[in-house]
Amino acid sequence: MPPTVGPGYPPSSMPPGSSLLDKVWDAHSVRELPSGQTQLFIGLHLIHEVTSPQAFAMLQELGLPVRFPSRTFATVDHIIPTDSQQRPLADPLAEQMLIALEGNTREAGITLFDPASRRQGIVHVIGPELGLTQPGMTIACGDSHTSTHGAFGAVAFGIGTSQVRDVLATQCLALARPKVRRIEVTGKLGAGVYAKDVILSIIRQLGVKGGVGYAYEYAGPVIEAMSMEERLTVCNMSIEGGARCGYVNPDDTTFEYLRGREYSPEADAWQRALAYWRAVASDPDADYADRVELDGDRLAPSVTWGIHPGQSVAVDEHLPRLADHPHAEQPQLAEALAYMGLRPGEPIAGTKIDVAFIGSCTNGRISDLREAARVARTGRVAPGVRALVVPGSQAVARQAEQEGLDELFRSAGFDWREAGCSMCLAMNPDKLVGREVCASSSNRNFKGRQGSPTGRTLLMSPAMVAAAALRGRVADVREVL
Amino acid sequence: MAREPITRVEGRACVVRGHDIDTDRIIPARYLRCISFEGLHEHAFRDDREQAKGDHPLDDERFAAAEILVVGHNFGSGSSREHAPQALMRRGFRAFIGGSFAEIFVGNCVALGLPCVSLADEHLEALMEAVELDPEQSVVIDLPTRTVTSRVGTVPLSIHDGHHRQLSDGTWDATSVLLEAGEAIERTAARLPYVDGFRG
Repeated sequence: MPPTVGPGYPPSSMPPGSSLLDKVWDAHSVRELPSGQTQLFIGLHLIHEVTSPQAFAMLQELGLPVRFPSRTFATVDHIIPTDSQQRPLADPLAEQMLIALEGNTREAGITLFDPASRRQGIVHVIGPELGLTQPGMTIACGDSHTSTHGAFGAVAFGIGTSQVRDVLATQCLALARPKVRRIEVTGKLGAGVYAKDVILSIIRQLGVKGGVGYAYEYAGPVIEAMSMEERLTVCNMSIEGGARCGYVNPDDTTFEYLRGREYSPEADAWQRALAYWRAVASDPDADYADRVELDGDRLAPSVTWGIHPGQSVAVDEHLPRLADHPHAEQPQLAEALAYMGLRPGEPIAGTKIDVAFIGSCTNGRISDLREAARVARTGRVAPGVRALVVPGSQAVARQAEQEGLDELFRSAGFDWREAGCSMCLAMNPDKLVGREVCASSSNRNFKGRQGSPTGRTLLMSPAMVAAAALRGRVADVREVL
Repeated sequence: MAREPITRVEGRACVVRGHDIDTDRIIPARYLRCISFEGLHEHAFRDDREQAKGDHPLDDERFAAAEILVVGHNFGSGSSREHAPQALMRRGFRAFIGGSFAEIFVGNCVALGLPCVSLADEHLEALMEAVELDPEQSVVIDLPTRTVTSRVGTVPLSIHDGHHRQLSDGTWDATSVLLEAGEAIERTAARLPYVDGFRG
């Protein structure tokens, strides 16, 4: 029997055999709306400079205050330059956005983690590292990669700007409850195979729209053995599989990570928190709308070859041949291969690269940098390759510098930068040029994603990016380690 | 702040073919460096259009008056940027007909009063061909009967029931509906142990 931890939790109506999604959803339900949707209370709202200014303007137009300013936290990540965070920012448009964020948060009494706070970073990196992200919460942010926070057993999803306005005004959203698909990853990952390869393989198998209408519950021995940072990588890319949110049930790994963080509960509160966190995990007999299994023993380092994250192969595989695919799929494959300048049936290994990018909310955490550094220390960046390492937050940067990783990367020929989203989406000066090919630890290989309308992206793990940087070509990291 | 019910969208259509068209393609990230949505219409499909050198449906004179955008599967995937539907709305589009849509994109569209409706593949292909051949025809999305009518006939559409209701009731702009819950919001917060930091 889980202990009762508050007047309203667990909800008395909660039937046995419930999933975490159902428990968290019911606990946060304010009421059923006439539309059949739920009015869902949002426990943690994160905002950044790109999708919030218009929301504050709408609020002002309506004459409404921010309802729960203490439940919203802000940072600046998308537009921040990574060569210098000095004010004013070099790009006047970026400076204007930061000024707007400063003004809006000051007026509303919202905490802003700006560069001077020493807590600035990508919103999905700082939420977890500050202890803001906790199990059993509902979390929303005007950013599709909010699914990241599900790694803690939170129900976390991205929203648009009108919905940011809704949360600011009411701390609520009108949403339909998603179905839950349990994805079990069995076995054990081999050396050189990472969380990134797990999620790329899941998306390859289930497709980029396979998750629409679902929350993904990641489970099984491979997920249970993962560190929190690895789970963050997996949950981060749920949205690339079409699932607005993805989560892992909280366990001792989760609790150990949270202990002693800036916003984590302490002493008696910690004990009460543990009881709540344990109680929200899916029941062993929980009912799922769908179940999928993936054999972790068979996974290999993955590389995308196309223009969406479902188009990937193992590094020792060949690119698809059109004739091997149904007629209806061929035009799309042909379009992707043509854009990428790749030939059907060729091996992906050996594909020449121009740029290597290590960073992003997917893979910009300290363990990612350590793994990339293990590879980087074995050589030097190949001639003609531009390689940059962008820590996900100022805290990650400090930790890496303390471990000497900055020096290690620099002496191997990488650029060591300051924290931000950087070349994942290239809203700051870090961009591809022309048709450059980038080996990238980020999450999206869409046409033009990395700042050049004709730029090309190959998604892979940070260690694989480092290997590609040294060879100047896509290489199997298992041969380097 | 009640809004007008949206039950019917009638107008010319424009076809943008292809599946998995993500919001980075609908509006590239470098055009999000702004603090208002004004002027975003200029950047809709900006990179695709520049590379097509005038040969993009949005630059085709025949579709210049279009108010309904007809698209393939998984339209609007990727980034949550509301800038994407904002840019298309500000170009004059009032609804989307497609094979399927990404979830966050649809949520953003509903919040702007823009219906996203899906057709079965064969009906979608027929509609695309018909509109490409005869862009001047009127296409009608009728929510009460859940149908799309064009010169190729009347076919059933599908739409999420909750969104259908929000659009039909004029409750698609959610803020006022959510505010109606009043103190129930604070009561919900009070029963969540973490809201006060597990003070007990």
